[in-house]
Amino acid sequence: MTTPQAAAPAITSLAPRRQVLDLDDFTREEIDLVLGTTESMREVLGRSIKKVPSLRGKIIMTLFLEPSTRTRVSFEQAGKILSADVINLSGSGSSAEKGESLLNTGLTLQAMHADLIVMRHKDSGAPYLLARHLKHAGIVNAGDGRHAHPSQALLDLYTMRRHLGSLEGRKVVIIGDVAHSRVARSNIFGLSAAGARVVLCGPPTLLPLELLRGRDTAYPTANVSVETDLDKAIDGADVVMALRIQTERMEGGATPSMREYTRRWQVTEARMRKARPNALLMHPGPMNEGIELASSLAHGDAQRIEEQVTNGVATRMALLYLLLNGPEASA
Amino acid sequence: MASEKLLMTADDVRRALVRIAHQIVERNRGTDGLVLMGLLRRGVPLAQRIADAIKTFEGVDVPVGGLDINLYRDDLTSRPQPLVRPTQLPVPIAGKTIVLVDDVLYTGRTVRAALDALVDLGRAHQVQLAVLVDRGHRELPIRADYVGKNVPTSLTEEIQVRVREIDQREEVVLVDHERRVLA
Repeated sequence: MTTPQAAAPAITSLAPRRQVLDLDDFTREEIDLVLGTTESMREVLGRSIKKVPSLRGKIIMTLFLEPSTRTRVSFEQAGKILSADVINLSGSGSSAEKGESLLNTGLTLQAMHADLIVMRHKDSGAPYLLARHLKHAGIVNAGDGRHAHPSQALLDLYTMRRHLGSLEGRKVVIIGDVAHSRVARSNIFGLSAAGARVVLCGPPTLLPLELLRGRDTAYPTANVSVETDLDKAIDGADVVMALRIQTERMEGGATPSMREYTRRWQVTEARMRKARPNALLMHPGPMNEGIELASSLAHGDAQRIEEQVTNGVATRMALLYLLLNGPEASA
Repeated sequence: MASEKLLMTADDVRRALVRIAHQIVERNRGTDGLVLMGLLRRGVPLAQRIADAIKTFEGVDVPVGGLDINLYRDDLTSRPQPLVRPTQLPVPIAGKTIVLVDDVLYTGRTVRAALDALVDLGRAHQVQLAVLVDRGHRELPIRADYVGKNVPTSLTEEIQVRVREIDQREEVVLVDHERRVLA
């Protein structure tokens, strides 16, 4: 039996952590643990019987107050494969629509014995409010406003690690509307903790202002730099991640015209040749074809899409398992 | 410092595993349909040794796999979390005779979890259990088919099986935690 195994993570538990709100407080050891456990969860997903009993008797509630299908289904599937009971709540048709406050909704779910609440909210910081007030239920942030989307970033880190082996010293270029992207923000912190170098590239109006001006900032500046010239930024990159451009922002005048954006910041085959050979090209989707990526690069093959979806479920299984098992989880 | 008593040397371990290898082949009248599934982590190298022994006297390669049972435990809330590792299945197990291999048989709860894990991987024809050390104190109606050494123990003692692949040395020791408390 000669299955190669990555070096074992240095820790085996996320305890006493009960919440995953962002990656800005994650250590490298914690990231290694989540990515290592994700690898094990992939094995479960490859079986014909995709069910293990480890979260039997646990109740997970998904509270999505902003529409999303992919992320919610991914969490739901992850919970069900681990045998948790998963209950889905959405904004429409719930008491949130009748004006109930987020806090009261959270307290009600906790009173219904939710062990974990997976939540998405249009406002940055909303999960932190619940995390402060809920003493028993854990919280996973599945996206809050422009702030954070940790499970998506962990999925991206996992995909990069599978492709590259290790993230230590790798160069990752994130292109586009970084300032408004919660996926980018969480990726920046996760990549930095994992030892990668991050280069942010795009129109200055769409990059984090404090980084551009070199002010004191919450960003991990030792590993993060800004370069508005894509041809320079992409040079020698191991990973190229193009973010979705929100066309409504363009009309608001915050950005150059579509033509200018495409000319200066579109990832093209010619530009990809400046990156490392076999560099990984990523896009968190949904994609505006022919804007962020040249059409010739935009069509992912079915296998790549399937892989990313599988990795997404496995990452969320790892998170749920690590948060809901262990001595603290039952306290 | 806890007191350690040597129970088996590397040679003792080797002899016990060779004997178990003979017993497995004898009892199953050959190696047809046989699969050795080591319980992660230390059961895997032990299963590999048994397979190597069978190879020397039968000339047959018996498939060896590794079973991770941590997603099937019933005691995760009462102890530190172990790392979940991927299960490695060398062949589909449907219709096969599976020999589970573990280092120590104690309460039987690990074996219970292993049986559950195995059921999810397919319907084996038969499941048998081989352990290097049986230390007693069963909490479930489970017994081993092949035992390297029976060691009566007290509840304050711990059996540590060390294998070259993981621990850089090979031996079985008895550690008495009671004495450590007193010392």
